[in-house]
Amino acid sequence: MTDPELGWIDPRVAEELPRLRLWELRVEARDGPSPPTMRERLRLLSDRFHGAKAIAMRREPVPHAYRVLFRHLGIDPDEDRTPVEAAALARLRHGGFQSQGLLADALLLAVIETGVPVWALDDAKVEGGLGIRPSTGTESLGRGELAHDVVPGRLVVADDHGPLAQLFGDVAPEHAVSAETTAMRLFSVQAPGVPGIHVEEALWTCTEALDTT
Amino acid sequence: MVVLDAPFPVVDPRIGEDVDEGAARRTLREQIARLERQLGDAVVSAFPQTRLEIRPAGGGGGPRMLSLGELERQRDGLEVRLREVRSVLEARGAEVERNRVLLERMLLEPKRYKFARLHRADVDMGGCGAWQVRPRLGLIGMLMGWWQVKLSSGCPLAT
Repeated sequence: MTDPELGWIDPRVAEELPRLRLWELRVEARDGPSPPTMRERLRLLSDRFHGAKAIAMRREPVPHAYRVLFRHLGIDPDEDRTPVEAAALARLRHGGFQSQGLLADALLLAVIETGVPVWALDDAKVEGGLGIRPSTGTESLGRGELAHDVVPGRLVVADDHGPLAQLFGDVAPEHAVSAETTAMRLFSVQAPGVPGIHVEEALWTCTEALDTT
Repeated sequence: MVVLDAPFPVVDPRIGEDVDEGAARRTLREQIARLERQLGDAVVSAFPQTRLEIRPAGGGGGPRMLSLGELERQRDGLEVRLREVRSVLEARGAEVERNRVLLERMLLEPKRYKFARLHRADVDMGGCGAWQVRPRLGLIGMLMGWWQVKLSSGCPLAT
């Protein structure tokens, strides 16, 4: 297992948001059903998480930093929830954190425990390092049959070849972790104001949860 | 002839054309962050007594680098929402204040507030229960003018 590495940020983006970071971490792991220990962990987490905490969350430093970043990027966090708030809302709607497989549970655990969102890509389908940049007019999100055009100027997470996900959005389906995946590329976006240790903790929480050996 | 009113200085519209907008955008981002903090504080302080409808601004469309104008609109929209939320909170605060005064009066002169009823939530107190002005000893109390304030018992037991 390697240490998290800093991704690249387009100079135009870095100039506007100098403390925005992308971190990535390669992990050799496969997706699959969650073990009972993970489901138990989610159940315990559900018990700790209630309505008042969900409401008060927006005042906590890390979730607040993501709300502010959303606003700075033109996204209304009261309409398109930040990842941690979306997870909290789902918890309240369903009455608990529901297990949806090892990877989904590991990502959920990371965001709920730390407030920092983590995404995963199939490492075999990523070329070079990851970074954040605005999309150009001729690009599509993902590659292959399922690729679709991306609006020019949208901020995307991209590799050397092209965009793989819209920033804070789902990853392109053909780059997502599948049953054939043997290694994953975890990545996280560090909002300005969020201490690096939180991001590191999120990535390690996820890695640890994926390690079922 | 003496000019009493000095003319307003004319602002040259070209001013600012070549000015670096970076500083202005930074300032706007700081203002947005501050307003977001204040909005969050208002929402949290209202919970759970006051239900606030946070109306999304809409017009999203995905993450992008905002222009100066977009940042200004973002800031102005937040200001409007913060004002709305604060006015709701102020109205709620005034209502609670009125209810507290009413409760004090009910306790002082129950006879003047026959059958008046106030819930704990009406005076921003947690839990269940309500104060009600009722006659002492039922019908006899009603005829004799013996009135008292009774606080009903707490929340119903969970079944």
